[in-house]
Amino acid sequence: MAARILTPVIVVLAALGVWEALVHLWQVPAFVLPAPSAIGQALYDNLASLLFSAWMTLRISLTAFVLAVIGGVALAVVFSQSRPVEMALFPLAVILQVTPIVAIAPLIVIWVGIDNPNRALLLMAWIAAFFPVLSNMTLGLRAADHGLLDLYRLYGATRWQVLTQIRLPSALPYLLSAMKISGGLALIGTVVAEFVAGSGASMGLAWRIMESGNRLQIARMFAALLLLSLLGITIFFCLNALENLLLRRWHESRVLREP
Amino acid sequence: MLTITDLGKSFSGGVAALEHVNLYMARGEFVSLLGPSGCGKSTLLRIAAGLMEPTTGRIAWTEKPERGGIGVVFQEPTLMPWANARKNVEAPLRIAGMAAAGRHARAMEMLTLVGLEGFAEAYPRTLSGGMKMRVAIARALVTRPPVLLLDEPFAALDEITRQQLNDDLLEICARARLSVLFVTHSAAEAVYLSDRVLIMRARPGAIQHEIPIHAPALRAEGFRHSPQFAAYCGDISAALRACLN
Repeated sequence: MAARILTPVIVVLAALGVWEALVHLWQVPAFVLPAPSAIGQALYDNLASLLFSAWMTLRISLTAFVLAVIGGVALAVVFSQSRPVEMALFPLAVILQVTPIVAIAPLIVIWVGIDNPNRALLLMAWIAAFFPVLSNMTLGLRAADHGLLDLYRLYGATRWQVLTQIRLPSALPYLLSAMKISGGLALIGTVVAEFVAGSGASMGLAWRIMESGNRLQIARMFAALLLLSLLGITIFFCLNALENLLLRRWHESRVLREP
Repeated sequence: MLTITDLGKSFSGGVAALEHVNLYMARGEFVSLLGPSGCGKSTLLRIAAGLMEPTTGRIAWTEKPERGGIGVVFQEPTLMPWANARKNVEAPLRIAGMAAAGRHARAMEMLTLVGLEGFAEAYPRTLSGGMKMRVAIARALVTRPPVLLLDEPFAALDEITRQQLNDDLLEICARARLSVLFVTHSAAEAVYLSDRVLIMRARPGAIQHEIPIHAPALRAEGFRHSPQFAAYCGDISAALRACLN
């Protein structure tokens, strides 16, 4: 157990040490690659503004993520109840998915973001996070054990009972797996949206990165990047913990096997 | 109890799975359907359960079983992996809208009946194949149905577990006077369990022979090794071979 945590920590520290040493040894200019110590310093100096920006980005990401999960699950449930609706709407969802978010971002900014830029960011992050939930949840609802469905039919179960007692629990592992993907995508979507929306529109981490780049404050840029990675990692681990909590008692993926 | 008259079933593409099937099952009778794989015995069982519509012919119950009046056990245990043994057994009662306290008590009663009272809170993945099958049987019995339909329930189990479950099943059925339709591909199992063995041929599926088994409902200790048992198995094997040619 100690080795599982200690090994990566040692590797990361060693890499940082080499980075620090090489920057000094080769005298790399700070506007090309700052040393880890300089990045730490920049993080410390700008902590308040960077944390505020991280909070802006996180808030939009989480809101988009929650709305994507709610929307994806709701639409997947509708699909599971009506094949014609699924056939009519699924292609639209695919079109939404395959269109690069950057390409439609200017349109979204014009349509919903003129008076309220955050709304545009939210919508773009939502589009990025929505499809994995819809797609996996649709698959999960359909993957219910046919034997169980037969059994429920035999006992005259209502559609509601089949949905809540068989289909939704069957789809849970699929949903949790989709949420791990969507959590990251919501963050990526927010960052992309912040880039497109440009300065003045938002105060998130992407804006800090752009601003720092323009001023050649590369250490601060790295500090913002570091926070961004930390956000992504935190989101992933939270969702992983949630998955573990909900599946550990019954799902094969969570069974610890003796070697 | 159940009368099936001139029943036929063909699937899309014109494949005839069953043709001219006639079957009668008296109240409290244990009837086995035996045949090579693909002879339509599972299809016949699914039609009897009401999970499939016949193409032609009729099914008549002398007393139409209401909701939950037929207990079914499939080849696989078909348990909900996210629910413990007790909740799995409770499922049919939950569908019927029974209150939690009542269905809890009834599920425990059924788990005791199949010898799993100590495993009520265990999840299916922690149970052995035989125990999972016992949970499935408890679930089929929980609505106290007069009819039980079993589709090769013990096919995947080892011989000792299978014999143990056979004895338990016979005892449960005799005590509750259940009418049972039992699909199997094992001649010995059919002889051991049944009052009557129906032998099916394949393509199209039809009932070819009927062999009544004359032995006490609760089998005597050495029945499995008696000359009488061997003779029945011999008869059935001969009938099966005749179906194949």
